[in-house]
Amino acid sequence: MISIDKELVKNLIQKNLRLDKRPFSEYRKIKVTTGVVPKAEGSAQVEIGNTKVIAGVKMDIGQPFPDRPESGVFMVNAEFLSLAYKDFESGPPSAEAVELARVVDRAIRESEAIDLKKLCLEPRKKVWMIFIDIDIIDHDGNLTDAASLAAIAALATAKMPKLNVTEEDGEKIYEIDWETKTDPLPITKKPVTVTIAKINDIFIVDPTLAEEQAIDVKLSIGLTEEKLCSMQKEGTGGLTEDDLTKMIDIARQKAVELRKFL
Amino acid sequence: MTELKLIENGKRCDGRSLDEMRPLYAKVGILKNANGSAIFKIGDTVALAGVYGPREVHPRHKEEAENAILRCTYNMAPFSTTDRNRPGPSRRSKEISLVISRAFEPVLFLEEIPKTSIDVFIEILQANASTRCAAINATSLALADAGIPMRDLIASCSVGKVDGQIVLDIAGKEDTEGEVDLPIAYYPKRDWITLLQMDGLITKEEFLKAIKLAKKGCMDIYKVQQQALREKYKEVDL
Repeated sequence: MISIDKELVKNLIQKNLRLDKRPFSEYRKIKVTTGVVPKAEGSAQVEIGNTKVIAGVKMDIGQPFPDRPESGVFMVNAEFLSLAYKDFESGPPSAEAVELARVVDRAIRESEAIDLKKLCLEPRKKVWMIFIDIDIIDHDGNLTDAASLAAIAALATAKMPKLNVTEEDGEKIYEIDWETKTDPLPITKKPVTVTIAKINDIFIVDPTLAEEQAIDVKLSIGLTEEKLCSMQKEGTGGLTEDDLTKMIDIARQKAVELRKFL
Repeated sequence: MTELKLIENGKRCDGRSLDEMRPLYAKVGILKNANGSAIFKIGDTVALAGVYGPREVHPRHKEEAENAILRCTYNMAPFSTTDRNRPGPSRRSKEISLVISRAFEPVLFLEEIPKTSIDVFIEILQANASTRCAAINATSLALADAGIPMRDLIASCSVGKVDGQIVLDIAGKEDTEGEVDLPIAYYPKRDWITLLQMDGLITKEEFLKAIKLAKKGCMDIYKVQQQALREKYKEVDL
């Protein structure tokens, strides 16, 4: 694998150039394919340039959280597969993998993209649980936007399995018929995440892996159709108020483009 | 059931005004073994930080030839929360440890002490919102107390949106029932935000207002931090 000099990337950007000749505010080619894993209740593969991720939605029945007795449960997990990048090690998830999953989770949770109330079967006892697992298949930067897009694409196209309910001694017994798919999930909003990197005073969207290694700071912004729903600063640098204003404006424009893939 | 209002007549449920922080307390040099240490309280949120280093890197393969590595480990005591917090690292604490480390990298002269590690251990003794902010404020003081070369202190506080209003330093019910939580860490000399996380629905205008308020809150914390450092040396005769 060729490693690209950080200074080269920085110098190019100062000269208004990127390694792949893209304008600063342009995404690489995006491809979203849904239903790639028919066994899953919902799935989507997202490619942004050479970055490739697959999100799968699986469901089950479980107990609600005590503080949300009438809400379904969902969780997001990300696996940085060793086949995706030389520095991804097997074993327990790295801090970065945990962070990615939590950033994706936050955008979905805080925008209330899933109407969790509709996933309640019996208050305090039984609710639907939604597991969103994201496999990083090939890493060429901007995993956050790819993972976030894959997660919402998988959710939006998921079909719930059929549920057979019988009663025995006053207790309801739930049996899932995995073969029969029924209704879509109650998705009310489609949040997307736009990551913007800053190099000196220049903002670039959709950084590649080489660019990510050269930059000091980036900001991932989760957006619904109307509002901002989540943010995470990454990298070791800092941002001013002015930077934030500019980044939000870029993110709003780019979110419209991303949403076209859903 | 009537819905409990979190803000009434411009006062919050704990009696504070919208832009009022809870009482702050800071003290450095509180541990004997650590190279540097501090305690920081925001209201009843209490964070303790201990710094070890610069020291040899373990495991050795983590060593970096050109600079020191900073490793912050955030942990919540099992007794710090209403429901006992299961001991050991959680996904949440892993993420917070990562973002805290990043918040400090811009102020440390890591390139001056290559092949070493600076290890910061943070224990939340009591939690009532803004634990990562208290953790950062304590870490900042502990690093300074350890004599680690720094360009500035980092100060941290959170702002939120509660009942549609932007408020400083959310606590209690505001944390569980508020609409937005937005912690930042601030590097005053460079006017840099070095940690920024946000969750909840907010408009751009509200967000920018919140950032302004958070920076103001950080400046108050910054003064308390400086005072705590001066306090340690006040009895030194020159």
